[in-house]
Amino acid sequence: MITIDGVSQTFKGKSGPVEAIRDISLTIGEGEFLTVIGRSGCGKSTLLRMIAGLLKPTKGEVRVAGEVVREPRRDVAMVFQKPALLPWRSVEDNIMLPVEIFGRRKADHRAQVDRLLETTGLTGFRKRLPHELSGGMQQRVSLCRALIQNPKVMLMDEPFSALDALTREELAVELQRIHMDLGTTIVFVTHSIQEAVLLADRVAVLSSRPGQVRRLVEIPIPRPRSFGHNAHLDQVAGVSAELHSLLLSDTHLPKTSTL
Amino acid sequence: MTDFDAGSRTSRVWTNVGLPILGVVITVGAWWGITAAFHIDPFYVPSPADVVDTFLRTPEFLLQETWTTLQRVLIGFAIAVALGLVIAVTLAASRTVERMAMPILAAINAVPKVALAPLLLVWMGFGDSPKIVMVVLVSFFPVIVSTMAGLTSTPDDLQELTRSLKASWWQTFVKVRLTWALPQVFVGLKVATPLAIIGAVIGEVVNPDRGLGSVIAGSGASNDTPLAFAALVLLAVTGVVLFYLVAGIERLLVPWRVAK
Ligand SMILES: Nc1ncnc2c1ncn2[C@@H]1O[C@H](COP(=O)(O)OP(=O)(O)OP(=O)(O)O)[C@@H](O)[C@H]1O
Ligand SMILES: [Mg+2]
Repeated sequence: MITIDGVSQTFKGKSGPVEAIRDISLTIGEGEFLTVIGRSGCGKSTLLRMIAGLLKPTKGEVRVAGEVVREPRRDVAMVFQKPALLPWRSVEDNIMLPVEIFGRRKADHRAQVDRLLETTGLTGFRKRLPHELSGGMQQRVSLCRALIQNPKVMLMDEPFSALDALTREELAVELQRIHMDLGTTIVFVTHSIQEAVLLADRVAVLSSRPGQVRRLVEIPIPRPRSFGHNAHLDQVAGVSAELHSLLLSDTHLPKTSTL
Repeated sequence: MTDFDAGSRTSRVWTNVGLPILGVVITVGAWWGITAAFHIDPFYVPSPADVVDTFLRTPEFLLQETWTTLQRVLIGFAIAVALGLVIAVTLAASRTVERMAMPILAAINAVPKVALAPLLLVWMGFGDSPKIVMVVLVSFFPVIVSTMAGLTSTPDDLQELTRSLKASWWQTFVKVRLTWALPQVFVGLKVATPLAIIGAVIGEVVNPDRGLGSVIAGSGASNDTPLAFAALVLLAVTGVVLFYLVAGIERLLVPWRVAK
């Protein structure tokens, strides 16, 4: 579904060039859930913005569904770290924003909005304004807004990182269910090993700047997964420990990526 | 009166109505007390009672003049707001135009408007138009500056959002930037309201015919200080009413902001 082919990104900063991403190549299958972890500043957001077509790679190219990405695509939805809601629009009108911008008929999407509100537990809040919602609810609205696009690909940049631990877990479980239902291809950036293990089919561990793929780790734990009580605690612990040590031992960088 | 009961109805009425009235009462009381305590000659500073007396001598006349001034203020203000919004939107739409036009606009704003009044008299003669033009000249700039500030303050995350949705420039402008700018626009409008009144009075004092400014100019000639004060009080009341009117419209149009 997504092919990242020898992509590099170098920013021209005020004090000389900043090499954010170096020669990343990755193939993400249709319906796959890939999480990307790495230390702060290693270029995770930069990578995601290049997949989204918001930023042009300085080298290499990204293809989505076989087409080279040169600008944002309407079948690729972004979910940002901040909910990015319009403060004057009610919950349902915020969710309708992409429909309006795409020039589609709102009436055709009402039923879908109802369904999305229901799956995310927001039905009772559809007429509320964003400032009347908790952070977790706002992020749910932003998730609904991405889903109304019926995207083939969802790109999520630390979408839950501003939330408390419990809400994070809850939303992660919810997202996993949505992914299982819809089969959307998801690239999910996170700092949290726990989140990465819960959600991912594969985890891409990035090295520190310049970001390179240090290791791709398969998570062969059957779904639905949940935190705490499950039958695969040993496996979860094993994978988590592996990811942990990969992130910690970042100083001994291999010269080439371990693809 | 702690923040705990700030939400209850009685305390809201108290903070929104009671406190402002109390402020006015204290101010008028102090004014009265000072004029009485120091036996100030009404020729210099009349007491509130003198002012009320003066008003009651010719209420229709003074209200008529207030209405004249108010009309000039409203027409001029409406023109200034419309002009300011159009200019601000144009400038925000194109960096080239902004670069070219900004120094001119700032220069126009920097010219002392009183100095223009005699010129306006030459160009337009007596009557309403030079006063209305003065209102526009004095009050358009804050509208432009605040609207532009609002239009360029769209947060990064919303900009990324519209870009990732491939929204057109026009869609982004109408659905996001313009509404996002509204609270800032109202900051400008609140600054411009009293300026509009000042503009009308400058016009009327320099070039008197009718209106409260002309009353003040005339009262100087006839040494009638209480009359000048009565006119000043009427101007102040007009200013307060207009200010709260703008604030009320803001509450209607920008509820998400007021709620915070
Ligand atoms: N527009 C830009 N101009 C210059 N440098 C940039 C720009 N955007 C990002 N960078 C630099 O590129 C590097 C990677 O940034 P990026 O935001 O992708 O990191 P990240 O992995 O998402 O970090 P975090 O986990 O903190 O979000 C950083 O060092 C950053 O300073
Ligand atoms: Mg980031």
